[in-house]
Amino acid sequence: MTRIAPRNLILFGLVAVLYIATGVMQSWNTTLTILNMGLISAVMALGVNMQWGYAGLFNVGILGFTALGGVAAVIVSMPPVPEAWAAGGPRILLALLIGAATIFAASQAWKRLPAGVLRVAAMLAVLIGGFILYRAIFDPARDAVESVNPALTGYLGGLGLPIVLAWPVGGLFAAGAAWIVGKTALGLRSDYLAIATLGIAEIILAVLKNEDWMARGVKNVTGLPRPVPYEIDLQNADWFLSLSDRLGVSAVTFSSITVKLSYAALFTVVLLLLIWMTQMALNSPWGRMMRAIRDNEVSSEAMGKDVTRRHLQIFILGSAVCGLAGAMMTTLDGQLVPGTYNPLRFTFLIWVMVIVGGSGNNWGSVLGGFLIWWLWIMVEPIGLWLIQTLTAGMAEDNALRVHLIDSAAHMRLLTMGVFLLVMLRFNPRGLIPER
Amino acid sequence: MDLINAIVVLANFVIVPATAYGAQLALGALGVTLIYGILRFSNFAHGDTMAFGAMVTILVTWALQGAGITLGPLPTALLALPVGIAATALLVIGTDRVVYRFYRQQKAKPVIYVIASLGVMFIMNGLVRFIIGVGDQRFADGERFIISARTFRSMTGLDEALAIRTSQGLTLVIAVIAVALLFWFLNKTRTGKSMRAFSDNEDLALLSGINPEKVVLVTWIIVAALATTAGVLYGLDKSFKPFTYFQLLLPIFASAIVGGLGNPLGAIAGGFVIAFSEISVTYAFRRFAAHLLPESWQPEGLMQLLSTDYKFAVSFAILLIVLLFKPTGLFKGKSV
Repeated sequence: MTRIAPRNLILFGLVAVLYIATGVMQSWNTTLTILNMGLISAVMALGVNMQWGYAGLFNVGILGFTALGGVAAVIVSMPPVPEAWAAGGPRILLALLIGAATIFAASQAWKRLPAGVLRVAAMLAVLIGGFILYRAIFDPARDAVESVNPALTGYLGGLGLPIVLAWPVGGLFAAGAAWIVGKTALGLRSDYLAIATLGIAEIILAVLKNEDWMARGVKNVTGLPRPVPYEIDLQNADWFLSLSDRLGVSAVTFSSITVKLSYAALFTVVLLLLIWMTQMALNSPWGRMMRAIRDNEVSSEAMGKDVTRRHLQIFILGSAVCGLAGAMMTTLDGQLVPGTYNPLRFTFLIWVMVIVGGSGNNWGSVLGGFLIWWLWIMVEPIGLWLIQTLTAGMAEDNALRVHLIDSAAHMRLLTMGVFLLVMLRFNPRGLIPER
Repeated sequence: MDLINAIVVLANFVIVPATAYGAQLALGALGVTLIYGILRFSNFAHGDTMAFGAMVTILVTWALQGAGITLGPLPTALLALPVGIAATALLVIGTDRVVYRFYRQQKAKPVIYVIASLGVMFIMNGLVRFIIGVGDQRFADGERFIISARTFRSMTGLDEALAIRTSQGLTLVIAVIAVALLFWFLNKTRTGKSMRAFSDNEDLALLSGINPEKVVLVTWIIVAALATTAGVLYGLDKSFKPFTYFQLLLPIFASAIVGGLGNPLGAIAGGFVIAFSEISVTYAFRRFAAHLLPESWQPEGLMQLLSTDYKFAVSFAILLIVLLFKPTGLFKGKSV
């Protein structure tokens, strides 16, 4: 690795000052909360940067890949629900297998048969027959599973494994979805990939909200197991009490900070590992090839590189990183709430991070992740304060003032949009540009 | 066996709503496809442009209603629509001056425009939420039905009823007028012809002395008119909620691509293809079948292919199929 430019160190230092200032002025608890999500945002930004910065692929389905990571967290870590499995688990799996087999058979029919009316008819017949069979097995099984104690479970549960295992699994899930999208939309115009990813995100979210047997849908899964100790256990441990006594802080505050710090440590390990890997990849022949393809597809093709295949590869890798981040985020939240997945927050904000931070530069994306996440949280109180100051001259119950104060929360979208546009126009290479 | 009742059920629950929805999608897709043809990028801010236009129209409608001015049986929003269009036109032209023109001069890659349009989307979305809030707004007034269920039953003496809401009839009439105007403009006027020339071959158009800035300006005005009209009609038909408009982006893009991006005729066809498939795939055909099948064959289930929550999946699936088998769309659109 080459030396780090002093300018970049200063930029990271400035962002650190922002976090520390929050700690001093508000509370360290708040800082750590922002920091933990900042770490996850940085991971997501790394994933998007792989796609956009290395290869120039435009993915607006980050939300979907993140949500898949969340599902992985539930499936891996929650204890299984034996009654639900007995009621219909194997049948659901069978139905899903039939669904997959149908699609496979249909695609084989399309590939193997000679072109013509017969081919279309055969494919449609396979698809329709498979669908009817799938629904015939799936529907009763789903109803059986969902009727098992619907207030508490009503789903199959998970595997009961440690939740940290869910992180790579989340990456795998996202990679699978990315393969489907990439296979169809890559190799066409760049806009098509954008629209296809937008679509897959909507669909993943719709599945998540409606397939109660899988992760309880909008009834949410709460109380996911943690990779770190619980506050209450810490507060009851003797060594912890004596430690907090010696430091002279209340055990309650100290326990919550300890837990947050442990999360931060875990996430930092992942982030550092990813930075190391992405930096190595970027500086390897593979990374140079990727950038060559991005900068001139025609000449890379002339050099014998399979552009579409390489694009598919990087698209899957980047999406897998987003899935990993999604699993980490659900771990941090301790719950899966499909209703909170909002594309503005989960897809487009990450884009602001990458563009502002510096596309094509891993450190830039990480910086962007920390900076933009801090702003996203802080713009709301700052905007509220600004509006209150500006309207201080008006009467308390002035309709306009009340409306403005109520709407202050929406300031953040405006601000982010302005950031993105200003950066794209005046400094399109970002805060830490690609070398 | 009762064929007439079956047809009436189908018309009431599938054909009429899908026609209205299809017309709304077609208007939205026309805007997307025009921008694609002239400015050569996919405008992600289009859903929010629709929301902005609808919002201005709603505010003016409320002011008119407050002043006691209504259109009688028709919704007051029609009176407010021109104001909405004007405000939206100003907004998008302003956006073009501040944001997109710079990239045009730079001859930036299309994907840069798309990212810029993300920024614009953020700002418009924030603006709409800031001014009118995130909640549901109703602004429809006037006569609710052209034919209500009861009138239809007493008129025809059938068991099933066909109700047509004013908003549905209005959507179709206005959409037909808008499309007729658009095609007249594109095919008969000088400016329209220069727009088509610009879309077909930019270099040749520039060579023959067409002013690109004027073409772009006119395009934005037309897009503002189409987007606002689509937004208001959708709001009258369902209800106005900023986030729904953002979500409309997917079916609108799907319509434009299915028809062939850059091809106005394709956008209209695409809108109806998407609307009809979305509604028929998520409609429970039980009552329809009940009229057709003999007593002993009555279906047990709902006969619904997908639950209504998956309506976006339908537009997505159609999009994938088109991308896989015919990437230029049903009508020949721009190259892939």
